[in-house]
Amino acid sequence: MSEKEYPPLEKVSIVISKGSLDGIYPGLIMANGARMEGIDATVFFTFFGLEAILKKRMKKIKVATVGNPAMHMPSLLGMLPGMSAFATSMMKKEMDRLDIPPVDEFIEMLSDAGAELYACKATVEMFHLAKDDFVPQVDAIINVATFYEKSAGAQIIFT
Amino acid sequence: MPVKEIAGIQVDFDDEGFMTNPDQWTKEVAQALAKEEGIGELTDGHWKVIDFMRNDFKEKGQPPTIRRINKVGGVPTKDLYTLFPKGPAKKAAKIAGLGKPQGCV
Repeated sequence: MSEKEYPPLEKVSIVISKGSLDGIYPGLIMANGARMEGIDATVFFTFFGLEAILKKRMKKIKVATVGNPAMHMPSLLGMLPGMSAFATSMMKKEMDRLDIPPVDEFIEMLSDAGAELYACKATVEMFHLAKDDFVPQVDAIINVATFYEKSAGAQIIFT
Repeated sequence: MPVKEIAGIQVDFDDEGFMTNPDQWTKEVAQALAKEEGIGELTDGHWKVIDFMRNDFKEKGQPPTIRRINKVGGVPTKDLYTLFPKGPAKKAAKIAGLGKPQGCV
C-alpha cells in the first residue's frame, strides 16, 4: 500500500454503450456493486446499450459470438444459426449460479437499490423511440449536458 | 485478531470488524453491533433479515446475496436498503455475525 490516503469513492456515473450481454453486464454489476457499498450510482444507457432498458429487447440480449476472439471460436463457427443463443444460455446458467439476475430483473434491482437510470436523448431520437418503449425504472431521457450535470462529483466509467 | 467484550461476551473479529466465530453471536451482540454501525434499535424488519441470513448461512455456508434475501427471504430490495443504509448486504452480514460477503452481486 502507498502511504498516501485517498478519500473513499462517493459516486460513480456509468455509461453503457454496447448491446451484447457481455457489453451490458459489466456496467450493471459495477453500478449495483457501488450501491451495495453505499456509493451513489447513475447509469446512462446510450447507443446499443439502450437494449438493456427497452421493454421489447431486454429479455433478448445475447452474447456476441462473432468477431470475439475471447469466445475461443472461429467467427465462421460463431455465425452458425443458434450459436449465439447456445453461448448465451450457457453463460446465463453460470450467472444464475452466482445469483446474477437476468437483465430485466437486474434493472429493477438497480432501481430499487437507488441507482438512477437514464436513456441517451440523441440515441432515442436516432432510433425513433419514446419514453413508453422503456421500462418504468428509467428516470428520464436526457442529453449529454444533463448527463454531465448529473455526474457532478462522480467518477465517470465508460463501458 | 481483535477480541472485544460485547454484552458480556468475548467476541472475536477480523480486521474489518466481521465476527469470525458465529457461535459467539447472541441477539444482544447483534443489537450492540447495530448501534456501532449507526443502525440504532433493531426492529422486526431488521430481525427478519438477520434471522433469514443466519438460517441461510447455516444451509449454504456463505452470507446470502441481496437477490437471495429478496427472492428467498422475502425482503424487498428497497426495504433492505432502507433498513440497512449505505451497504445493506455487508452491514446486515456484520450484524448477523457472519463473515464479509464475497460475491459481486
